[in-house]
Amino acid sequence: MAFFEGSKMTAGYGDGPDIISSCTINVDKGEIVAILGPNGAGKSTAMKTMLGLLNLKSGSILINGEDITNLSPQDRVKKGISFVPQSKNVFAELTVKENLEVGAFLRTDKLDKILNDIYDLFPILKEKQSQIVGELSGGQRQQVALGRALMIKPSVLMLDEPTAGVSPIVMDELFEHIIKVKKTNVAIIMVEQNAKQALSISDRGYVLVTGQNKFEGSGNELLNDPEVRRSFLGA
Amino acid sequence: MMQYKNIIAAYSIMILLIIAVGVLQSWTIALTILNYCLISAVMTIGANIQWGYAGLINFGIMGYTALGGLAAVLVNVPPVKEAWKAGGLGMVVSLILIISGVYIIRRVLRKFENSKKRNYIVAVIIIIGFVIVRYISGPAIENIEAVDPAKTGFLGGLGLPIIFSWIVGGLFAAGIAFIVGKIALGLRADYLAIATLLIAEIIVSIIKHEDWLARGVKNVIGLKRPVPYEVDLQGSTWFIDLVEKFHSKKLYVITSLTERQDVLNQLVIDASSVYVKLCLAGLFLTVVIILLILTQKALYSPWGRKMRAIRDNEVAANAMGKNVVKEHLLIFILGSAIVGIAGAMMVTNDGLFTPGSYRPMRYTFVIWVMVIVGGTGNNFGAILGGFVVWFLWVEAAPIALFFINFFTAHLEETNAVKQHLIQSAAYFRFLLVGIGLLIIMRYRPKGLIPEKINIK
Amino acid sequence: MDFINAIVLLLNYTVIPALTYGSQLALGAIFVTLVYGILRFANFATGDMMSFGTMVAVLITFYFQSLGISFGFLPTALLTIPPAILAMIFYMLFIDKFVFSYYRVKKSPPVQLAMVSVGVMFVTQAIIRIIIGPFDRRFFDGEKFILKANEFKEMTGLNEGLTIKSTQAITIFVTVIVVSIMFWFLNRTKTGTSMRAYSDNEDLALLSGIDPKKVVLITWIIAGILATIGGVLYGLDKSYRPFVYFNNMLPIFAAAIVGGIGNPFGAFLGGYVIAFAEILVTYAYKKFFAYLLPEFMEPDSLMQLLSTDYKFAVSFSILVIVLLFRPSGIFKGKTL
Repeated sequence: MAFFEGSKMTAGYGDGPDIISSCTINVDKGEIVAILGPNGAGKSTAMKTMLGLLNLKSGSILINGEDITNLSPQDRVKKGISFVPQSKNVFAELTVKENLEVGAFLRTDKLDKILNDIYDLFPILKEKQSQIVGELSGGQRQQVALGRALMIKPSVLMLDEPTAGVSPIVMDELFEHIIKVKKTNVAIIMVEQNAKQALSISDRGYVLVTGQNKFEGSGNELLNDPEVRRSFLGA
Repeated sequence: MMQYKNIIAAYSIMILLIIAVGVLQSWTIALTILNYCLISAVMTIGANIQWGYAGLINFGIMGYTALGGLAAVLVNVPPVKEAWKAGGLGMVVSLILIISGVYIIRRVLRKFENSKKRNYIVAVIIIIGFVIVRYISGPAIENIEAVDPAKTGFLGGLGLPIIFSWIVGGLFAAGIAFIVGKIALGLRADYLAIATLLIAEIIVSIIKHEDWLARGVKNVIGLKRPVPYEVDLQGSTWFIDLVEKFHSKKLYVITSLTERQDVLNQLVIDASSVYVKLCLAGLFLTVVIILLILTQKALYSPWGRKMRAIRDNEVAANAMGKNVVKEHLLIFILGSAIVGIAGAMMVTNDGLFTPGSYRPMRYTFVIWVMVIVGGTGNNFGAILGGFVVWFLWVEAAPIALFFINFFTAHLEETNAVKQHLIQSAAYFRFLLVGIGLLIIMRYRPKGLIPEKINIK
Repeated sequence: MDFINAIVLLLNYTVIPALTYGSQLALGAIFVTLVYGILRFANFATGDMMSFGTMVAVLITFYFQSLGISFGFLPTALLTIPPAILAMIFYMLFIDKFVFSYYRVKKSPPVQLAMVSVGVMFVTQAIIRIIIGPFDRRFFDGEKFILKANEFKEMTGLNEGLTIKSTQAITIFVTVIVVSIMFWFLNRTKTGTSMRAYSDNEDLALLSGIDPKKVVLITWIIAGILATIGGVLYGLDKSYRPFVYFNNMLPIFAAAIVGGIGNPFGAFLGGYVIAFAEILVTYAYKKFFAYLLPEFMEPDSLMQLLSTDYKFAVSFSILVIVLLFRPSGIFKGKTL
């Protein structure tokens, strides 16, 4: 039994058609899982369903053996599931430090220690802590977004296309940060367009097609699977 | 078909209500309400083509109404020759200076790249121009306003029949709307609302305080009507004969000749006022019908389709190559022009122009309530909204009074609460209109007669 | 000497009145901007909500006066502010629960909420007029002046007198305190930060565990405090008349937009920008120049840029200029 699992999820927006059907995704602590697939395959939808942003029509979501299928997104955050949206994932008008503080809104203990942990992970944030986030570069913003999500000390971190719209150099840097986060024993799920790079740092990957599991396996397996290569990796 | 039934039913009820007022209160009141309903209907058509066709919020209705009223004054009042002698030259020179100033600024804006230097040049031109114009127009204005201030003190107008002002009012409003639209139309909807509200306030304050133009808050009275006057009617034999025939049964019952003459006189007086109002109603109704036909035709034309497309998805329409900015400006001008026409009609109806009475509550927000209540995007709905809301606005006080008396019947006449409520009866119209708006927005957000586009 | 006279003249007729009026506008503008930033609509009932709070204060003041309760040399109305604020907050929350919350939950477009606020405007005006009537009411009592013109002249030996009305001093003093507390709250407390976060990025705020209901509640509470205090200060300084309060919505909107809507500090400064513009542009500088210039250059005219009739028009023109050249406001707010 994996630490965090969405099993046989079927969901769509409002009363619209199902976008994912009977889709299963799971992740363990200290593991990076990548969700890949063509446009419109339901990658983000699957992730958002696990967070509770969409109504689940069937299937269930478990964390640490506990059923959280009926909890609101806010209550799931309290269970230690953190989410970094693809866009608008920072408070642009607030300072770096305030962003992190808002991230820890649910915590009642002293923030100093956790703040220092985050600053250790992302040294640049300490340097810029009283700067307005809107004035930072794209890569720095993504670090703020990651930092904000980590402030609740989550056991699960979900990233929706963390590298969308950043340069290759920044992308490598971000992936390094994600690996560092993983080493703090967090379960990480990410949706990625840059499939090759994502798989190279992932322990496992899922390939979704039209909302269903098509392939799954370890990062290397998928990278070397000829069919996956042909259809999704462009080589 | 259902829809037409609803429309017919709604309008029949409305007409019955007005007839009820005629029977229960008096025909003069009923026709006054009807005339204002018709004028309101023109205003709602104007607001509705902006909001319903294009999704533009124009909270500047008041400004365009006032411009229409100004047009009525400038068209109808005969020119004041002494005032023109006293300061006409100065004003004409000032006007030429302003026009050339605008022209120069346009040239500068075109010729130079956008830079700080250009902005400074423009600012300097504006400041110098302002000083020169003030220097020339100042004494001219003083002289004009000194000419028989109790009666004139302004330049007067053209001395033409007031009916022309309906067109001129539309043109005035269109011209100002062009400038306002250029300034404000790029804004998000709620900012546009605020900006237009404030600009209307500027327009009205100019009309209020530039006495040389239309006497400002001193009001212009005695504008000439396009229809006969009561006094003339009461003196003409054909009218008296007509009234006599109409009421012949009632009259022949009376045996005493003098008494019969008295009754007849009274009837003639009443009838003359009804007759005048009926004539005006006929004119207004003509305008409403013409506008209704034009707007309906426009709605179903390719242009109307384009406007709805822009309203429903601006981005997509833009991507399809529709010039959103241009279309918005056009419809903003058209709608404002219609409101300007209504403004001129209103002054025609009243025979006087009172800039002090232009307040946003009455001339902007009530009109908007009419549009929302009636049904946005549907001209029949908008007109109905004009009728219903105006009717409530006028009849709210009597209705409130009735209910106050009903519910406080057990209280003594001297009871403080009862007296206070009776005194406040007039303000229940705000309550009625406000709650009406809130209820419609909540439970029937598309209005009484919702928009329904039949695809042919 | 003439130079000092000229300065005193300006202080007396422009700076002090503008600071006072600016403070009153600033409180209203922050109210507008908070509602805009957090509840996301332009509140056309702004002026009338301020009027409602003031009405309660006026009524309680009259009641206190009839009981013979006074506040020494200070106006009795200051005592009535706390209960008036409570009534105001209660009214706002009532309206929110039965009117605004429905549209908020439905995520209606801001335009619709703005239109709904027009309905609230009508209803509030009706309630006010039915309760207190449309008339002009003065409810100021206590000491009228802190500094009288002739006292100042005697003190300094200058030609020009400097008058400071107690309402002016009270307005500026109270505004500084209220606004400081409010900015401290917004910038330094957890709840304040969560409100700014909610205003900035609602979805992310929800994901961070911020309770939207609490944010809305606190927003109305702050709005109630600002609206009531702003309204009472204006009424003390001038007088209380419902129509004037409704109309005050316009310069208040102008201040909020000039300051960059959604930005409370911008709105605060915007209030003073509008007030100073209105007063400086419509002030007649004849006497001022008479002091400064040699006699032969003394101006004949009033040296007034625009007549005082155009007070409002000035502030709206500034708004138009700002919208033209810097649509996000002088102090940068949300993009329009």
